[in-house]
Amino acid sequence: MLQEITSTDTGCLTINVGPQHPSTHGVLHLVITLSGETILRVDPHLGYIHRSIEKMCESLSYRQFIYVTSRMDYLSSHINNHGCALCVEQALQIEVPPRAQVIRVLMDELTRMASHVLWWGAMAMDVGAITPFFHAFRERELINEIMEETCGARLTMNYMVPGGVMFDLHPNFQKRVKDFIPFFKSKLDEYDELLTHNIIFKQRTQHIGVLSREDAISYGVTGPTARASGWACDVRKRVPYECYDRLRFEEVVEQAGDCYARYLVRMGEMRQSLSLVEQLIDNIPQGDFQAKTKAVLKLPKGEFYSRVETARGEFGVYIVSEGGTTPYRIKFRSPGFSNLSALDHMARGHKIGDLVAIMGSLDLVIPDIDR
Amino acid sequence: MNEPQTAVDWEAVVAHAPVPVQLISGTPWPELHVEAPNWPDLAQFLRTAPELQLDYLFCLTCVDWKTHLTMVYHLNHSRQERVVVVKSQLDRDQPQIASVAGIWRTAEFHEREVFEMFGVQFLGHPDLRLLILPEGWEGRNPLRKDYEDPVNMIRL
Amino acid sequence: MWSIEQIIGALNQWLQHTLGNVGAAIAAYILLGIFVILFFSVLGLVLVYMERKVSAWMQVRLGPNRVGPKGLLQTLADTLKLMSKEGLTPAGADRFLFNLAPVLMIVVSMLLLAPVAFARNVQIWDLNIGVLYVSAISSVSVLAVLIAGWSSNNKYSLLGAMRSGAQIVSYELSAGFAILTVAVLSGSLQVSQIIESQQTGWWIFRGHLPVWVATVVYLIAVTAETNRAPFDLAEAESELTAGFHTEYSGMKFALFFLAEYANVFIASAIGATLFLGGWMPLHIGNWEAFNRVMDWIPSSIWFLAKTFFLIFVIMWFRWTFPRLRIDQLLELEWKYLLPIGLVNLILATAIAVLGWHF
Repeated sequence: MLQEITSTDTGCLTINVGPQHPSTHGVLHLVITLSGETILRVDPHLGYIHRSIEKMCESLSYRQFIYVTSRMDYLSSHINNHGCALCVEQALQIEVPPRAQVIRVLMDELTRMASHVLWWGAMAMDVGAITPFFHAFRERELINEIMEETCGARLTMNYMVPGGVMFDLHPNFQKRVKDFIPFFKSKLDEYDELLTHNIIFKQRTQHIGVLSREDAISYGVTGPTARASGWACDVRKRVPYECYDRLRFEEVVEQAGDCYARYLVRMGEMRQSLSLVEQLIDNIPQGDFQAKTKAVLKLPKGEFYSRVETARGEFGVYIVSEGGTTPYRIKFRSPGFSNLSALDHMARGHKIGDLVAIMGSLDLVIPDIDR
Repeated sequence: MNEPQTAVDWEAVVAHAPVPVQLISGTPWPELHVEAPNWPDLAQFLRTAPELQLDYLFCLTCVDWKTHLTMVYHLNHSRQERVVVVKSQLDRDQPQIASVAGIWRTAEFHEREVFEMFGVQFLGHPDLRLLILPEGWEGRNPLRKDYEDPVNMIRL
Repeated sequence: MWSIEQIIGALNQWLQHTLGNVGAAIAAYILLGIFVILFFSVLGLVLVYMERKVSAWMQVRLGPNRVGPKGLLQTLADTLKLMSKEGLTPAGADRFLFNLAPVLMIVVSMLLLAPVAFARNVQIWDLNIGVLYVSAISSVSVLAVLIAGWSSNNKYSLLGAMRSGAQIVSYELSAGFAILTVAVLSGSLQVSQIIESQQTGWWIFRGHLPVWVATVVYLIAVTAETNRAPFDLAEAESELTAGFHTEYSGMKFALFFLAEYANVFIASAIGATLFLGGWMPLHIGNWEAFNRVMDWIPSSIWFLAKTFFLIFVIMWFRWTFPRLRIDQLLELEWKYLLPIGLVNLILATAIAVLGWHF
């Protein structure tokens, strides 16, 4: 395939970025065609971490397949699990108890913050500032500790089950989160000082990789990336699931569509998530954390689709059921896959350094793209 | 959401459609069944009809029913919630359907994925190459039901 | 009192006494060579350790703390590791040039050590065009980078080398203008005389605005010239993996690494000499007692303290700022630093001619 893209023009240079490259955050392989330092074309080659999760799920039960999805977008594994649980609940018409709903939203928002914090550090590292990465990990560590206490895991939590969550919250949960909220608020201001207002950072990101609203929609780009282009596409607002319709939060939307706008949207979302957690942490209703469900779940014949907003965009779970204990076909609509498809469009005409900034601002998680 | 939601009368839509379409309701989202050759006209209609303007293709996939393949398109409007599912049956031995990459650009990558996973030929696709599978992969389409990986597949 | 000057003088006398004039000269050169090599190894160890500790402090972590007391032997262990590694040469590389580049790089750094005044009257070679020599020799390092990038037969290396070429050639000008500013004020290109001219006060205190501007310009320019962040485009690990030294491993890589730190040291040493008075102690007007105390501190300590302060500043840059893009980098030089440097030089000349400096 390489022969096809190698240009015969002597002025072009074809470079493999990845699959092992510091800025692709995993095993993404981009074949870029350059003229000098200017990018003429970006051609992603995927599949280096493809585990065929969709095929695997066809032989897993409706309780089991959820755990595989943690391995897709591992930075928002809670939210992936959530989407799958929602789909199964929708099919079986399980009513999730209010306590479980609140716990789920709390976990989702903590996950979103952890994911965005990590992105913040990685984005800074992509544009050449290494220090923010370590600062970001300090905060992410606190969230991970909170998660670990309740879920028993730090990365692939597998906490959501059809009908609720797997166990109740740890007794320390509320106190820990309450300690975390003011700490993180002060750190967000620190982030602004370190990077948001940094002139070099602004130069590197403003007017870089501009994606118009129409293009964002056409490319199916979702999440913070689309909201930076002025498209209000937050699933939490569009089709509120769980208790999101009863919560106060703003959908952060920017109009510029460049890397800096994407940066600002994510920074804003961290503040919004924090406010969501703040609203909920004192109002966790008493009651069951799990609805009563059968040990073996059998979905009725039919097709079910659920949508949730992960840290990267709209995550869709499409289950085709033939009435058995395993899905006949599952399709995961991963946000990263669509977001990546716009990379070529955004990067053309920019420099190599900009490609790295654009990839950073897209917040790509490769297992999410490959599935 | 910025603007009030307007409901779509899908029966009227089907009546106005340029090609014969079968409407299925009773499913979570309305479904339109269309013959594969008629799909490009319907796609154009769904994208441009003033009362629809479904500009957001959020999911594109294929299901292998052992006797035939079904293409599944999930469409939505960028501001309104008007999800519609379009389905089209394809012949399993010679699956062919027109590409919609020119209408929704996200289809370009999704169709490449379906092409390699199910072997569906997308007519008029700008760049139909393998995307996920390694270079030189031939013939066998991993997500088809009769595919067996000799190395590391969980036996169904 | 014990000072480096007296030790060297005594050593020289002893050599002349035992070996005669010619023998003493030869022995002195050999000793000098050994000293430079030893100095470079120690410098590498100290600076790498310092960089790791400084970055660790800025990044809320501890830094090396396992090998030796407070991790002091960490860099030594790393050096041993690098020495024992195989020096790979890629299949398509130009072997001769590929092996030449790191050597050239380190030789250039060693040559630059010549006019640095380590303490009162301690200088390897006090030639009368000292700062010009530094300017001239340091531009040779771009050759080494270009050779390394070209001979590696790697596209990343080539891109890094090309970037580096454009960058070093550009920033050479600004560094030169900043150096000239002080040369104009002190009326000499000789390092010892520049230091002598700061007897009554360092240029940064006496030179008004032009010297402050020159100091800032100089710091920016040498950071760029030594290829350090935020101007480390030649390496730019997130874009070009490791830039011009992508293909180097083992000792050859270590030489590049060492040369980078040596260059930082030399750039800081020259900066300290020009703007902060070299080994000259801090004197304030006629505070006799204070000045006497300052004089009591050995001159080599003064020199090292100033140099390491500047090194710290350069490290501080590295661990704070994001990296510029190549076109922005060149824009900064040609559109801002160069005009500023030119105007600044004219101002400095006017001040020197009119005698307005303190």
